[in-house]
Order: sequence, then structure tokens, then C-alpha cells
Amino acid sequence: MIPAEDLSLAALGPYLTILLVAAVPTHVWRWLGVLFAGRLSEDSEIFRWIKSVATALVSGLIAQLIFFPKGALADVPLSFRLASVLLGIAAYLASRRNLAAGIVAAEAALVAAWFVG
Amino acid sequence: MTDTDPAAETSLRWFLKGVTKLVSVPAAVLVTAQIGFVALARDIGFSLPEILVITLSVWALPGQVVYVGALASGSGWIATMLAVSLSSMRFLPMLMSWVPVVRGERSTRLKLLGLSHFVAVTSWVFTMSEMPSTPRQVRLAYFAGFALALVVANLVAITVAYQLVGHVPAWVSAALLMLTPLYFLLALGGAGKVIDDYVAMGMGLLLGPALYAAGIGLDLLWTGIIGGTVAYAVGRVRRRST
Repeated sequence: MIPAEDLSLAALGPYLTILLVAAVPTHVWRWLGVLFAGRLSEDSEIFRWIKSVATALVSGLIAQLIFFPKGALADVPLSFRLASVLLGIAAYLASRRNLAAGIVAAEAALVAAWFVG
Repeated sequence: MTDTDPAAETSLRWFLKGVTKLVSVPAAVLVTAQIGFVALARDIGFSLPEILVITLSVWALPGQVVYVGALASGSGWIATMLAVSLSSMRFLPMLMSWVPVVRGERSTRLKLLGLSHFVAVTSWVFTMSEMPSTPRQVRLAYFAGFALALVVANLVAITVAYQLVGHVPAWVSAALLMLTPLYFLLALGGAGKVIDDYVAMGMGLLLGPALYAAGIGLDLLWTGIIGGTVAYAVGRVRRRST
């Protein structure tokens, strides 16, 4: 199944593949959102489900990037990666949900771990 | 109404005001997170033009990361398309709530559809925080100024970052690769409002690595469907009982 799919992807070329496989599947939701605006309730059961599925999927991706990283991040031991993330969350909450504070704290911990570890 | 259209003049002024909002913490964080995406995509083997086209045409960081990650792990195109689409589902409720806020008398559906391309987390948050104190007839112009400035800033940042990423020490590139998951984790956690959101996040964080390690294939799709359905069920039971 995979070789056949690879063949059709290669035939499309990189840019058409980006448009068909990444851009259109994303924009469909934006277009539907504009068309449905004011017609369907955001409190409806179907939207609650959609939002939960999207949240779980993106969270799964986040965890995969932390647990199974690529490139140089893979050279940092898992325990250090997790400790850095936890520190970032703590700084984020302590700073009354300041995104920049959380990111800076986690990154500082990661860089420190790189040189100490 | 030909050479001195006061409405057009006002719109231009608000468009430019939107451009100046580029100097803000959320915009800076987004540009930084995009640099993390460049590090990731470059590592996987994408070229600079490909990364620019992915960013401009998708304009949704999670979708971009799902796309390059899925291709890197050898997913077929149908699975990749479904995973990207599921990761972008949040745009449906986001756009439904964006339209009533930015719409003015002169906003045609075509204008709204065109500008909807640029609605993502950063510009959505900008809309919700800035528009209530903005006159309705210039809201779309104000949004367009901010959104287009953000696009230009990101494309410039990507181009510069792509040249530099290959020449930085390993510890810098490790720190850059950490930016994407960090940004998503904190932004998503901060956006949570109801119990469903937190259960979905917890389930996703557990199932994502577990299903990947199990090697069953389509792991992100299953993570979304299983985790999301459980979270929805928990939220529904909670709402029923209160």
C-alpha cells in the first residue's frame, strides 16, 4: 500500500503535494467556518467533539516531538527534555500565563542541561 | 466618492495601525516558533522554497508540523491528508466566531473568505482582544494590516533562519527544535476553557507517544479520535450531571 502511495506523491511533485495534502485539507475548515458562521451554534455537540479530537491530535503530536525528537534534540536525554518542559510549565503558571516566560525558562533549562549533562 | 473617499482613507489608516501591532509579544512568539519549524523541516530534508510554500499556503503551525512529520515517518498521502485535516479542525469553530466579530457593512463574503486564509491562533487572539474597542467599519482593514504584516515577518524570518540553522552549534539547534512542542503545549494549555479541553490534552499527551511506540500506524489519527472521543464523553457526562 505504501509503495503505490509514494509513487503517486512523487508524480505530483513537491509543490502540488503541499497544496493538495497540506493546504486544502486545512483551508476546508476555514471556508466552512466562514460559510457556517451565524448558522450553527458553537455549543453544539458536534463542535465540542470536533474541538476535542483536534486538541487530542495536536497534544499527541506535541508529546511525540518531545519523546521521539529528531536531530540535535535527540542527543539530550529524555529525563532532561521532560524536566525542561515541566520547568517551562511552572514558569508559565507562575508568571500568570505569560507565554514568553514559559518558553524562556524551559529553553534556559535545556541549554543548561546540555552543558552540565 | 472618487479621489477623496473618507471611508477608504480611514481603512488605510487602520490597516497601517494593524501593521504596527507586529511589535507585540504574541507576534514575536509566533515568529520564534516558526523558526523552530524551520529547524525541524530543514532537519527532515525540506528545501527553503518548500518550507516557504508550506508556511504561506497552510498558515497553521500544527498542520505544517503534522505535514512534514508525517512525510518524514513515511505516511502515505491519504493518512497525511487526514492527519493534517484533523489537526486543523479547530478552524471551524474559530472562524465561526471570527466572522461575527470582524464583519462590517462593507464586508462581502468574498473578502471574508480571502482573509480567512490568515486566521490562525495568533491573529484570532488579536481579533478577540482588539476588535471590541475598534469601530466596526474598519475592523476588517485593521485585521488585514496585522495579518499581512505577520505573514511578511514570518517569511523573512524563515529565509534568514534557514541560512543560519545549518551553521549554529548543536546546542542551539537542540533549543530551536524544542521551541515547537513548547509553544504548542503552553498555547494549547492556556487556551483550555472546559474539562473536555484538559482531558483531550492529557489523553493526547499519553496516547501520542504510546501509539507511536506501539508502531500500529496512523498513530496521530487514532490519538485524535480515541482521545478526543473520550474527552468529549467525559465533558458530556459532566455537563449532564450539573
